[in-house]
Amino acid sequence: MNSVYGVTAIVLVCLATLGVGAFGLRLSRTTSDFYVAGRTVTPYRNASAIGGEYLSAASFLGIAGLVYSSGLDMLWFPVGYTVGYVVLLVLVAAPLRRSGAYTLPDFAEARLESSRIRLLSSLLVVGIGWLYLLPQLQGAGLALRVVTGAPSWVGSLVVVVVVIANVAAGGMRSITLVQAMQYWLKLTAIAIPAFVLLTVWLGDGRPGPQLTAGTAVDWAQPLSGFGGQDHPVYATYSTLLALALGTMGLPHVLVRFYTNPDGRAARRTTLTVVALLGLFYLFPPVYGVLGRVYLPQLPEGLRADSIVLALPEAVVPGSLGEVLSAVLAGGAFAAFLSTASGLTMSVAGVLDQDLLRGRLGRITGEDATVVQGFRLATVLAMVVPYAAARMVEPIGLATTVGLAFAVAGSTFCPLLVLGSWWRGLSTVGAAAGLVSGGGLAAGAVLVTMLAGPIDGWPGALLGQPAAWTIPIAFSVAVIVSLATPGRIPRHTSRTMVRLHTPEDLQLERTPRHR
Amino acid sequence: MSPGRTAEGADHPDRLARPPRVRVTSSRRGAATRRDLRPLTRDLDEQTDLGEVYMAGLMSAQLRLALRVLAFGAVGLGGLPLLFLLVPDTRTLEIAGLPFPWLVLGVLVYPVALLVAHYYVRQSERIEREFSQVVARR
Repeated sequence: MNSVYGVTAIVLVCLATLGVGAFGLRLSRTTSDFYVAGRTVTPYRNASAIGGEYLSAASFLGIAGLVYSSGLDMLWFPVGYTVGYVVLLVLVAAPLRRSGAYTLPDFAEARLESSRIRLLSSLLVVGIGWLYLLPQLQGAGLALRVVTGAPSWVGSLVVVVVVIANVAAGGMRSITLVQAMQYWLKLTAIAIPAFVLLTVWLGDGRPGPQLTAGTAVDWAQPLSGFGGQDHPVYATYSTLLALALGTMGLPHVLVRFYTNPDGRAARRTTLTVVALLGLFYLFPPVYGVLGRVYLPQLPEGLRADSIVLALPEAVVPGSLGEVLSAVLAGGAFAAFLSTASGLTMSVAGVLDQDLLRGRLGRITGEDATVVQGFRLATVLAMVVPYAAARMVEPIGLATTVGLAFAVAGSTFCPLLVLGSWWRGLSTVGAAAGLVSGGGLAAGAVLVTMLAGPIDGWPGALLGQPAAWTIPIAFSVAVIVSLATPGRIPRHTSRTMVRLHTPEDLQLERTPRHR
Repeated sequence: MSPGRTAEGADHPDRLARPPRVRVTSSRRGAATRRDLRPLTRDLDEQTDLGEVYMAGLMSAQLRLALRVLAFGAVGLGGLPLLFLLVPDTRTLEIAGLPFPWLVLGVLVYPVALLVAHYYVRQSERIEREFSQVVARR
C-alpha cells in the first residue's frame, strides 16, 4: 500500500476532528455547555452524532472481516446493532430522557434513591467503557500497521492523544458537532469505495465468492458454524439477544439522550438513528463478500479485520486502488476516534463525578477546579484501556465488542427496563440484579479473553453468555424485589410520573439532577 | 348507506333530511371556568388516587404498545434462524438470482426496522396526545 495517501487521509481526519472540536470550544462557555451542549441540539444533528459515535471499529472493519472469514451468519452483528436501537426506542428512550439523568449512575440513583446503587453502576460503567475502548484502540493499531507498517502501539497512541485533546478541551458540545460530522464522513468513506469496487466486479465478470481450505463449505448459508462454533443456533440467538438488549446499557448512549430537549425529541432522534445505521450497514458486508472474490487466500501477515483496507488494491491495482484504500483508512480512523471520544467522555464523566471528585478535593485542598478534575479523569479513562490493549492479544474486534454488549445487557438492561416500567423494583432487587448479571457476564468475558478457545457447550455458553446471563439478571432482580417489598424506594410513584408524563403538561417536576 | 336505510328513508323522508332538533340556550364559551376544580396535573403531582389511576392508564397503554412492537420483532427476526433450521431449503433459496438469506439479513431487515420504529413513534405520540387532552380537559 502507498503509505503517503493513507497517512495523509489519517492526518486529515485527525486534524478535522481537532479543528471542529476547537470550533465547538469557542461556543462552549459555561459548565452546563461543557457537559450537555446546553441542550440545544436538534434531533437530526443529535441522531447524526449518535450514529457517528456508535459506528465503531467493529462496524467499520470488524463486520467485513467476520463476513469474510465466517460468512452469512455474521450479518447478525449489524442487524443486532441496529435492532438494539429499536428496542431502546420502544422500552426506554422517552423515560430515560424524562428522568433527567445524564449518566447511567444518575438514573440508578434517581430511580432507586440509593447512593450504593450509584456506586455499583459507576463501577459497571467504567468496566463496560474500558472493555469497549479496548477494540477501538486495537483496531487503530491494526489499521495504521496495514497503512504504514508502523508497530501497532503507534496507531493506538494516535487515537489516545487526539481523543484526550478533544474531550478534555471541548466537552460535550464540541463532541456533538464532531460526532455528527464523523457519521457522514464514515458513510462517505465506506459507500463510495464500495460502489466503485462493485462496479469493477460487475464489469470484469469474475466468478462469485471463492472458498478456500479453512473456510466453512456452506459459507454462504445460515447456521454454518457462526465463526467456527459448535452450536450455531445457540450462538445466533445469544448474540442477537446481547446486541438487542445491550445497546441501551452502553455508557456512551444515554449521555446523548440528555442533549434532546424532551422525551418526544428523544424518540424522534432514535428513529432517525435507526435510519442512519441501516443505511450504513448496507455497505460493510459488501467488502466481506468481495474479499472472497478477489482475495480468497488472506495475504501473509494480514488479519481478517483488515480486509476492508486491503481489498481496493486487490481489485483495482494502481493509484485508484491506493486512493480508495486511503479513503477507507481515513474512515476507519474516524470510527476509532468518534467511538473512543464518546466512551471516554462517559467514562471520564463517571470517574470524575463519582470516584475522583471528593478525593481530588481533599488532596489539593479544594484547589483543583471542576474542569481540571474532569480533564484528569479523561486522561485516566484513556490510559487504562491503552495499557490493556498493549497486554491482551486481540480476539477479533467484533467479538470483543459483542462481549461488552453482553455485560451491558446483563446489568443495565434489567435496571433500565424494570426501573422504567415496574413500580415493584426494590433497591435490594436492583442491586442483586446488577451484581448477579454483571458478575456472571464479566466472568464469562474474562474466561473467553484469557483462556483461549474452549470446545463444545462450555465454549459456546462462555463465548456468548447473554442468552443465560440476561434472563438470570432479570429473574434475580424480580424475585429479590418481590421478597423485599419494604425496600421499594419511597418516591417510586413520583418518579414514575416524571418518567412517563409528556412534557406539555405543566407538572411541578422536581428532578434531583439537573 | 345501507339498502335498509334507504328503504326506511323512502318511507320517512323528513327523518333523513333533518336531524333531531336541539335547543341551544347559551354558548358555554363565555362562561366562567369553575375555580374550585383542581387541575388534574396537581393530582399527578401529588399522587392522589385519581392521579394514580390516570398514570397507570398511561403506562399500561405505552407498555402494551411496546410489548406489541417487541413481539413483532421477536417473531419476525427471531423466527429466521428457526426457519433456516427447520426448512433447510430456505438456506439456499434464491429470489431474482439473489440468495434469500443474504437479501433478508443484508438489506430487508433495515427498512422493516425503520417502519416498525416509525409506527411505534407515531402510536406512542398519539397515546401521549390523548392523555394530555384528557388531563387538560378537566
